[in-house]
Amino acid sequence: MTELLLAALLAMAVVVFVSVPFLRADPPPQAADPDQDALAVAEERDRALAELKDLEFDHRTGKITDEDYRTLVQPLRRRAAQSFRNGGPLSSETAEPASEQHFSERSLPSSRSDR
Amino acid sequence: MPDLGRAALIVCLGLAVYAVVAGAFAAYTRRRRLAESAENAVLASFLATLVASGVLLAALLRHDFSFVYVWRHTSLELPRPYTVSAFWGGQEGSLLLWLLILTGFSAAAVLLGRRSARSLLAWTVPVLGGVITFFAFLLVAISSPFATQAAPADGLGLNPSLQNPYMLAHPPFLYLGFVGLTIPFAFAMGALAARRSDELWVVVTRRWTLVAWMLLGFGQLLGAHWAYVEVGWGGYFAWDPVENAALMPWLAATAFLHSVMIQEKRGMLKIWNVLLVVGAFALALFGTFLTRSGILSSIHSFTEGSIGPWFLGFIGLVVAGSAALIVSRLPLLRSKTRLESPVSREATFLYNNLLLVAFCLTILWGVLYPILTDALRGEPVTVGPPYYNFFLKAFGLPLLLLMGIGPLIAWRRASLRGLGRTFAWPIGAALLTGLGLLALGAGSSIPGLVGYTFCAFVLASIVLEFSRGTRARRALAGGSWPGAFAQLVGRNRRRYGGYVVHASIVLLAIGVVGSSAYDTTHQQRLRVGETMAVEDYRLTYRGATSERGANAVEVRAVVDVERNGKSLGTLQPGKNNYLAEQQISNEAAIRSDRLNGEDLFLIAEQITPNGVFLKVLVKPLVNLIWLAGFVFVGGALIALWPDAREQRRLAVRYGRHEALAEA
Repeated sequence: MTELLLAALLAMAVVVFVSVPFLRADPPPQAADPDQDALAVAEERDRALAELKDLEFDHRTGKITDEDYRTLVQPLRRRAAQSFRNGGPLSSETAEPASEQHFSERSLPSSRSDR
Repeated sequence: MPDLGRAALIVCLGLAVYAVVAGAFAAYTRRRRLAESAENAVLASFLATLVASGVLLAALLRHDFSFVYVWRHTSLELPRPYTVSAFWGGQEGSLLLWLLILTGFSAAAVLLGRRSARSLLAWTVPVLGGVITFFAFLLVAISSPFATQAAPADGLGLNPSLQNPYMLAHPPFLYLGFVGLTIPFAFAMGALAARRSDELWVVVTRRWTLVAWMLLGFGQLLGAHWAYVEVGWGGYFAWDPVENAALMPWLAATAFLHSVMIQEKRGMLKIWNVLLVVGAFALALFGTFLTRSGILSSIHSFTEGSIGPWFLGFIGLVVAGSAALIVSRLPLLRSKTRLESPVSREATFLYNNLLLVAFCLTILWGVLYPILTDALRGEPVTVGPPYYNFFLKAFGLPLLLLMGIGPLIAWRRASLRGLGRTFAWPIGAALLTGLGLLALGAGSSIPGLVGYTFCAFVLASIVLEFSRGTRARRALAGGSWPGAFAQLVGRNRRRYGGYVVHASIVLLAIGVVGSSAYDTTHQQRLRVGETMAVEDYRLTYRGATSERGANAVEVRAVVDVERNGKSLGTLQPGKNNYLAEQQISNEAAIRSDRLNGEDLFLIAEQITPNGVFLKVLVKPLVNLIWLAGFVFVGGALIALWPDAREQRRLAVRYGRHEALAEA
């Protein structure tokens, strides 16, 4: 008898829990389909920035020669700039040194030799 | 309380069916309340499974033999920890543990998804509900742990080989890994069903995959250690079909964790990544099918199997359904980017993926071949360790080498000049190691020598990566060396956690090569007082003892051990005669040398007060395998640790859309 009572309580509890969204006055939050084009632009912008950071890091750790760096960096910068134009700037928090570093002339490897 | 257990499982099944039907209808018709109700059904299914599990656990602890399951897998004499582990010691209980983990993970995925990926949940919930439905149905209709009978006075006991501390942890870890692969699968299918072309599903599932992969890998190492200390044949991995079944999804998940980086960084391999996620999940189901169908004989399998056809049908449904969904969404999955150069970081990731998948498929073929020949010819053709060992070397050694090459190559493309400069140190270290080992006599095994040379190359490349990265970080930000090192790891936990995992694989490889290519085996009959010599060890038989343990008669051969004239104490290999189970188990004696990682491994047969047949194995470096497990978990945890900077970046990318949608 106790078992049946407990089973009934369990069933009732889950029915109430599952019904809660229908009992609330305010509708539950639900995400509509995000704008796929806007997301694609945001992803492209982040990807371009990440590639610039990787290139910079690979160069600093000696995996890329100065010559290769110069060849690779310009198209990447153009791509990043284009993605910023398409998607708008990042918040200051996320843009942080990546963009400053990669878009400033100071980060060019003019003084670095290919040892 | 069996009725409560049964009722709880029926409630769970009802909730799961509701999550499928209501969830799919809500996603299709965009009904907000119904969608949240379906999510709540997934959450509540965890509560219902928790109740059912509590009932079974209570029955086990109370030795309630009116439960057929408790009677079949425990006895009054069974020690308490193994009475608890009997929960997963049989078919029905282990299925219930599976369902408990599945509903628990699904509930966690829903709760976390509500915060970070609400827009993906709509179609993910029905997929999760579908998988829960299958397992709950099995437990309700096919293989119930709550079958009852008139209570006998005592139970049949637990299989002696399961009465080992490692069996307290090995199966749960393995199940956590297997079941964890459901979540990436559900999110991938949910994203495809919702026609999403963005990478939110990748961001959400990457961490889930890493968790499942870590747990599955650690679970396998625990299982290997269990086999080593309990099964008593001196090995730790025998290419048993069930062991292979756990290895295959791990290999597929390893490939995914690498290739997903290419998708994130370059927008490539989208179809490949979805296929890997589906493959890992399907292989986890296939492993479960192998263990439970009774289709093959293995020390790890449950012999009673009426659920095989159901599993086969479900695997077919998963594979066919996923394939249809992927094909229908191919235009969304096409990459715009192409591989720029065959000599680049992304290219090495691709080679790594091809080797991992090829190895996985080779193992799958080795598992399937005996089953197919049995079905077609009526006579199974056994595929033994030589087949697997050949492919382990053929694919494993290049994979090892790639672990060293990959981190040293730049993204996009690398020139020969850059490569020469980067590779000089690791190649030098590898050559020095190889020549040194050759001079020390390690040339007796060419694969062993090549393996160690590659290990040196990988370790040198990892050290180089850390040192160059730290130097670059310090040059950029200043500060102390330890500070620069901490910043380096902290700012890219995935990369450097990954390198630590690579180091663990090197440790594993060193241990496997040492203990298999350079081990020594010697066996001899000894009378009391007689001595045998193996390598530097001298072993003297002192006689036999017999004691009544908690639930077994324990017979031991007493063997004095000396090394280079110095006494190392006494080892006592022997046998346990389990009374309730009426089975005898081999109890190996192992002495580990913590300094050089070597084990002295003794197996005793035909033990009498006058003599013993002693098998002695000396296994160099075998303890590095177990050490590798801890390093592996450490590396995975570093990679898993939340990165506030990355989270802020993702919040900007996705949060805005989620927030706009919620407004």
